Amino acid sequence: MERTSLALDVPRHTATVRKRRLPGFPLGLLLPALALLGAELGVRAGLVPANLLPPPSSVFEALSWLFDNGLGTHIGASALRVAAGFAAGALLALALGALVALDRTAARLFDPSFQALRAIPSLAWVPLLLLWFGIDETPKVILIAIGAFFPVYMGVVAGIRGVERSLVEVGLLYRLSPFALARRVLLPAALPSVLTGLRNGLSLAWMFMVAAELIAASRGLGYLLTDGRETGRADIMLAAIVLLALLGKLSDSAMGAVERRRLAWRDSLSESEAR
Amino acid sequence: MSAFLDIAIDDKRHGERSVLRALRLGVDQGDIVSLVGASGCGKSTLLSIVAGLDDNYRGALRLDGRALAGPSADVGLVFQAPRLFPWLNVAQNIMFGAAVGQGDPARAAALLEEVGLKGYGAALPKQLSGGQAQRVAIARGLYLEPRVLLLDEPFSAVDAFTRMRLQDLLATVARQRGLSVLLVTHDIDEALYLSDRIVLMDSAPGPVRAEFTVEAPWPRDRARLAASPLKPAILGSLHAAHAF
Repeated sequence: MERTSLALDVPRHTATVRKRRLPGFPLGLLLPALALLGAELGVRAGLVPANLLPPPSSVFEALSWLFDNGLGTHIGASALRVAAGFAAGALLALALGALVALDRTAARLFDPSFQALRAIPSLAWVPLLLLWFGIDETPKVILIAIGAFFPVYMGVVAGIRGVERSLVEVGLLYRLSPFALARRVLLPAALPSVLTGLRNGLSLAWMFMVAAELIAASRGLGYLLTDGRETGRADIMLAAIVLLALLGKLSDSAMGAVERRRLAWRDSLSESEAR
Repeated sequence: MSAFLDIAIDDKRHGERSVLRALRLGVDQGDIVSLVGASGCGKSTLLSIVAGLDDNYRGALRLDGRALAGPSADVGLVFQAPRLFPWLNVAQNIMFGAAVGQGDPARAAALLEEVGLKGYGAALPKQLSGGQAQRVAIARGLYLEPRVLLLDEPFSAVDAFTRMRLQDLLATVARQRGLSVLLVTHDIDEALYLSDRIVLMDSAPGPVRAEFTVEAPWPRDRARLAASPLKPAILGSLHAAHAF
């Protein structure tokens, strides 16, 4: 009894370990900052030729010059291609993935072909797409759609097939129709995997956009890369790479925010860290 | 005269192996019947059949004189694990049996109060303890006002104190509603405390091995029931039924 009363006498605030979250140092910026500093100092000291690796200050000047000379058009063209290709590829993948996951006949019909198509390297499509659709927007959007399709398709199929049987049984217990079962149990339960697929698909869409623009384009960030190579402007090439990194990170962060919002119900390590 | 819930399973197989055979079991209206027996003797399979989740058997089920085939709003089931949908809040989980948009939040709130979770409607399943989640599962099982409630070892995963409180909750809601209850349990004390009848199933598929009637008035005294001569009698039959 004495021990109990002693323990209770301990002031609560001293007995509990306080976890205070300090405003975190953006640790992720450390490496890029060091790399930029190293490049700047290395070039200025003459250790690296400036025509091969322009110092970050020159890249920033190139970015500033591009900003005044139609950078918005290039960014807009690339972003529109990514948006159109990603939307087309992801929507098709959502529909076909759900069909393959829910219907055994559809799975036997489609899945082996999709798995074979998935194994084809993306750039192998380029000559054929140019032959079929010319060099305007259509082959670029199709190539991006192909890139976005497979991660989303795999995410949908794996997500739905991986739904716990115990939850499906609850749906059956309440006499849900196949459509209601898909809408109320299978799709929500598959959402984490579907969103991961969408996020990976978006990231591949950016990658495929560069491949498409490198081959035949008159505007876009991929075009800036080609233009920089042809004119010997490494600063423009690096500026385009920086912009690709920023835009890719921006769109991935947006998808990540959607994922966190839609999956706030998850009892996972990442959710508990976010709280 | 046949019972309110009349179960007649001629044969139920898992592949080549017979799980249930020539089993006859009746549950009267308002009675709580516990099924005990070793793991693998077919208790949970029997509940799946009565719940309508397994129709691959030979036999017939009747509820209040009418044939029972497939899942029915008259039969509720509470699983061993709560099996709540993690993306739905507590109230939405309770109303899951209703069509989308047809749920009655006031009824869900009343059920939550009944199971001792007043004000938890907006909480997510991840915010509940194991005992609280199982209370929500019981509320979900009661939402459609079933006449029969099936429970498959519903309190096996919670601590002893929570288990006693959940047992009291089940006894109260079942008696207040006149529910017929079929409870699968491994806990003889739980069976003695809750049941009007205890049915012992054999490890070999076949008719019910033994039945015991618990004649004790409510409220019941756990200690007296645990010390009653019924307990050694049940344990003795259980050992004999599952000797190997």
